[in-house]
Amino acid sequence: MTKPNERKLTIARAMAEAVAQEMRVDPSVFVMGEDIGTLGGVYGNTRGLLDEFGSERIRDTPISETAFIGAAVGAAQDGMRPVVELMFVDFFGVCFDAIYNLMAKNIYFSGGNLKVPMVLMTSTGGGYSDGGQHSQCVYGTFAHLPGMKVVAPSNAYDAKGLMTAAMRDDSPVVYMYHKGLQGMGWLGTEAGATVHVPEESYTVEIGKARVARAGKDVTIVSLGMGVHHALRAADKLEAQGVSAEVVDLVSLVPLDRDTIRASVARTGRLIVVDEDYMSYGVSGEIIASVTEHDISVLKAAPRRVAFPDVPIPFARVMEQYCLPDADKIVAAWAGMQAA
Amino acid sequence: MYRNMVLSRRFEERIAKIYFEGKTPVFNMANGPIPGEMHLSDGQEPVAVGVCAHLTPEDIVTATHRPHHQAIAKGVDLDRMAAEIFGKATGLSGGRGGHMHIFDPEVNFACSGIIAQGMGPAVGAALSRKMQGKPGVAVAFVGEGAVNQGGWHEAMNLAAVWKLPFVCVIEDNGWGISVAKQTASAVASNADRAAAYGIPGKRVEGNDPYAIHEVAGEAIARARAGDGPTLIEVETYRLAGHFMGDAEGYRPKGEKEALFEKDPIPRMRARLIADGIASAAELDDIEAAAAARVETAITFARDSADPAPEDALTAVFA
Ligand SMILES: Cc1ncc(C[n+]2csc(CCOP(=O)(O)OP(=O)(O)O)c2C)c(N)n1
Repeated sequence: MTKPNERKLTIARAMAEAVAQEMRVDPSVFVMGEDIGTLGGVYGNTRGLLDEFGSERIRDTPISETAFIGAAVGAAQDGMRPVVELMFVDFFGVCFDAIYNLMAKNIYFSGGNLKVPMVLMTSTGGGYSDGGQHSQCVYGTFAHLPGMKVVAPSNAYDAKGLMTAAMRDDSPVVYMYHKGLQGMGWLGTEAGATVHVPEESYTVEIGKARVARAGKDVTIVSLGMGVHHALRAADKLEAQGVSAEVVDLVSLVPLDRDTIRASVARTGRLIVVDEDYMSYGVSGEIIASVTEHDISVLKAAPRRVAFPDVPIPFARVMEQYCLPDADKIVAAWAGMQAA
Repeated sequence: MYRNMVLSRRFEERIAKIYFEGKTPVFNMANGPIPGEMHLSDGQEPVAVGVCAHLTPEDIVTATHRPHHQAIAKGVDLDRMAAEIFGKATGLSGGRGGHMHIFDPEVNFACSGIIAQGMGPAVGAALSRKMQGKPGVAVAFVGEGAVNQGGWHEAMNLAAVWKLPFVCVIEDNGWGISVAKQTASAVASNADRAAAYGIPGKRVEGNDPYAIHEVAGEAIARARAGDGPTLIEVETYRLAGHFMGDAEGYRPKGEKEALFEKDPIPRMRARLIADGIASAAELDDIEAAAAARVETAITFARDSADPAPEDALTAVFA
C-alpha cells in the first residue's frame, strides 16, 4: 500500500537521483563508463544525467576499463570525485590491477597523505541465464582485498543514501548493485527493492548493517538479493512457528560485526545466504566473525546457503539449482534442527 | 559463401522469433525457451563467410559475444549449437556455456563474452602450431570496440614480434552498444594501427563478401607461408540492436533504414545472378535448403531434454 507522501523509486532511479543531487552541489563529481550517456547505463543508473549535465561530466568511454578506472584514480587524487562504472563486475579481470593495486592502495602508499575519493559502481548477480561471464557476484573477492570500501544495497532507500555517502567519502568505494534489484522490468525485478525514497539528499552510513526483520530463533545474514530471499524464508518459517531475524549487511567493508554478533547472541543460530561462490567468501567471514568472538552463543552449527563452487551455468534448470532461494534457506533451518 | 550467409540469416531469424516466446507482452529476459542475452549478427555475415571460406576445420577461430555467423561459417555443428542456445543437454557444452560460450573443438571454434578476450587464445594457438611445426592459422574476430581494450594491443604485439600465423579480423559495425566508433577512437581506420606492430593492415569497405574474401585470402596465405600476422578491418553493419530488446535510441534517425537497403544478402543474390554464376532457381534451392537445415536444428534443440539440474556441478575440472 502506498502511503501519502510516499515516493517509491527503483534502485536505478535512486542511484541516478543521488548522483544528480551531488553533481548539482559539487562540481568535482563526474561520471564515466561505457554506455552511461545516451543509453543512461545498461542498468539505468545514469538515466537522465546526460541531459542535465552534458557529455563533459557524463562521459561515455571506449571499452578501455584499465585506462578509465586508472584515470579515475588519477583524477580523484587530483581533486575530482569521479564515479566510474564497470558494466558487469565479471569484467574486473581486464582492469583489476587499476582497482586493487592502485585505487585501493594509493592512500596507504602515501601514508594517508593522498585521498582517493572515487566510486566504482558495478552490477552483480545472475538468475536470468546470462552465462558464466555475466552473472557473478564476486563480493568476496573485492571485500578480501584491503583498501576499498564495499557496499551492496538491497533496496532503493539504502541505494540512494549509500551512493551519496560513497561520493562524499575520501576513500574509494566499490558500489555493487544487483541486476535483479535495479527495477529494470526486463530483468524480472524484485519488487521488494522498490521502496520509499525521500526527495532530499541524505546518507546511509557505510559500515553499518541493518536488522531488516526482527526475530528470536535464528539469524539469517545476507546482502543484496539474498536479503529478499531471506525475508521470504522468514515468512515461510513464521508459518512453521519459527521466528527468524534477518540482517542486511549493507556494507561488506567495513563489516559491521557487532550487529551480526548481537543478533546471533539473541537467536543462538546462524544461516548465511550469499549469491557469491561458497568457499573463501562472505559466508565464511560472517561465520568466523561469530565463532572466533564467542562460540558459546551458538546452539547449533551455522549453515550457509551460497552458490556452489562452479562457474555459473547458462541453462535455467542448472542455474536455478545453484542459486540461493527461500526454500533452500528453509531447508537449511530444517537441517539445523535435524543435526 | 552465399549458402552460409543465408544459413546464418535464417538461423538467426528463427532464434529471434523463438527468443520472444514467453517474453511478451512484458519483456523479461529470463523467460521463454531461450533465456539470457541474445546478440544477433544480421548484416555481418559477409565478414564471417569471406574469411572462413579460406579456413579448414584444422584452423582456429575465436569469436566474440556475437558468434553465430562466424560459428556457422566455420562449420560448427548446427544442431548442437542450437541446442546450446536453448540450454539443452545435447548442446555443445550440455547447456553450461550458452550463446556467448560456444565451443566446438571438432572444428577449432571458441568464443567468449568479454571484449577482446579471444585475442590471447588465438595468438596462443598460433604459437602452439608454430612450436609444434603443425600447419594451421588462427583467426581472432573482434568488434571495432574491442580494439580499445588493452589486451587487444598486447596480443597484437605478441603475434607480430613472434611472427605467428595469426590474423585479426575487426568487424567494424560502427557501434559498441550505444557508443559510436568515432567517439571511442581518434583513428578512422583501425587497420592503420597495424603500423604500430610492424605488420600489414588492410581496411575493406562496403560489407562486400567478395572484397573480404580477397583480402582475407592474402592474409591467410601470408600466415600459412610463415610471414606473420595481418590486421584486417572490415566495414559491416549491425542490422539488429546490440542485443534483443535494445531500443536503439542512440542510432541517428534513418540509419537503420539506410542499412537495410544495403542488406548484403539480396545484394549478393543479385550479383550472383547478374554475373551468371547461379540462376534464380538455383539460389531459391539454396535458400530452401538453408531454411530446412535450420528447421532441423531448431527441432533437434526443442525436442532435446533439459540437462539434469545437478549436472551443473560436473565438468568443472578435466
Ligand atoms: C571487457 C568488457 N567490457 C565491456 C563489455 C560489455 N560489452 C559487451 S559488447 C560491448 C560492445 C562491443 O562492441 P564491439 O567490440 O564493437 O562489438 P559489437 O557488439 O559491435 O559486435 C560491450 C561494451 C564486455 N563484454 N567486456
